[in-house]
Amino acid sequence: MMCEKCGESQATVHYTEIINGHKSEVHLCEKCAGEKEVGSHFSINHLLAGLLDNQIDGNMKIDYVEPQKCKVCGMTYNRFKETGKLGCSECYSTFNDRLNSLYKRIHGHDVHVGKIPIKSGKSMKVKKDIEKLQLELKEAIENEEFENAAILRDKIKKLEKNIKE
Amino acid sequence: MKWLDGEGSDKDIVVSSRIRLARNIRDIKFPQELNNEMAEEIKNKVNNSVIADERNNDVFKYYDLKDINSTEQRVLVEKHLISPGLLQNSQIGGFLIRKDEKVTVMINEEDHIRMQVIYPGLNLEACWEEADKLDDIIEANTEYAFDEKIGYLTACPTNIGTGMRASVMLHLPSLVLTKQINGIFQAVSQIGLTVRGLYGEGSNAKGNLFQISNQITLGESEKDIMNKLKNIVQQLINNERQAREKIYKFNKIKIEDKIYRSLGILKNARIMNSEESMELLSDIKLGIEMNIIRNIGRKTINKLIIKTQPANVQSKYNKDLNPNERDIKRAEIIRKELDI
Ligand SMILES: [Zn+2]
Ligand SMILES: [Zn+2]
Repeated sequence: MMCEKCGESQATVHYTEIINGHKSEVHLCEKCAGEKEVGSHFSINHLLAGLLDNQIDGNMKIDYVEPQKCKVCGMTYNRFKETGKLGCSECYSTFNDRLNSLYKRIHGHDVHVGKIPIKSGKSMKVKKDIEKLQLELKEAIENEEFENAAILRDKIKKLEKNIKE
Repeated sequence: MKWLDGEGSDKDIVVSSRIRLARNIRDIKFPQELNNEMAEEIKNKVNNSVIADERNNDVFKYYDLKDINSTEQRVLVEKHLISPGLLQNSQIGGFLIRKDEKVTVMINEEDHIRMQVIYPGLNLEACWEEADKLDDIIEANTEYAFDEKIGYLTACPTNIGTGMRASVMLHLPSLVLTKQINGIFQAVSQIGLTVRGLYGEGSNAKGNLFQISNQITLGESEKDIMNKLKNIVQQLINNERQAREKIYKFNKIKIEDKIYRSLGILKNARIMNSEESMELLSDIKLGIEMNIIRNIGRKTINKLIIKTQPANVQSKYNKDLNPNERDIKRAEIIRKELDI
């Protein structure tokens, strides 16, 4: 069996992953298994069990990391895995890296294409405008167009003020 | 309840269409993690933002779950006006209902806000139009949790993106009778839709009533989701109609016998459990759609299906009934309603 992640090497680490009540078999090569974060998705038990099953003495690094907590609600990723529910909207940014792969598995997609709310959507548009102006500003400074840069700087300030209000 | 009126497009098969939107307020803990004080604040905030718009002023009424006894709570669930999930949060939950009972806004269910719009017949667009408008009204007075990349943020990642669940309730007795139903549902589940019974689960749905809904909420627009669902529902409607025609053509006397026997039992039985009543009422409903029974209305049967649910029977007699007493009362309710 080939590794699910890279598809290049023989899969030697096998384990069962349960996320959100959904059980799935995972098969990885040593290298890809080692790259998986320990203490979250991939528990040390899984790792060891996988190794023992295959009688392999891999030279994997096991770094124990303090579980990350959401700063608004205190949720940890492990607790989310147990309940399937996040604690608040901030959890989505806190656990962004780990949730990202989950979206694809649940929905088959990972980017929203539907309705955009009027208010939150508006500030989203302004933020995008600011980003664009900042790029222009950088360019203007590089080209030593200082008059233009001053105008751009004013525009950015104005938009930023808009968002705060 | 307007959604039981037996009106609308494809009413011979489609009972109702529903759109549900899940929304949350930014940077406030989801209901699961909420303390009572904050829960009260959310209730007030959502309640006020709905009625802040003068179009909603007199037409919505707010109820706190704490003020409703457990039988009445279950009655509301059986009527599909609120979800079973809201009852799990009965200490912190509340809801707004519009006068015509087509629109409900649940507060502190799994998400801070769950609004639903139900219409009779196949009419997802009308549901969406109303839900979309109501959504804008609520957003005008709240700060939604929304992410540029993954859309509306919900307590469970299975609802992110649009936060929308579109569902259609279908009466498919002939597909069950001709044993085509399991194969069809397997196919349906493979394209990201789920099937549930009106009250039961999967293909064991009582009364041959099935709810089909989308599972995917991220990466497909509201229109895409509705079109996909509608497309499948249309195919199911065609299949059911074909099966009905075949049955009528080749087994007319048999189906008439089945339907009239069921009617006979419903009109005369003295003890009736809910499973049996659902089964027999489904036969009568089919009889009406096949034009075999002409003196009973579609609306009567739709309403009777709800009126004979356990909490509804309990509530009508306003005292604690044991299951036996309930079965006797259920038979009474049915006889009275079908006494033509
Ligand atoms: Zn690999
Ligand atoms: Zn959080």
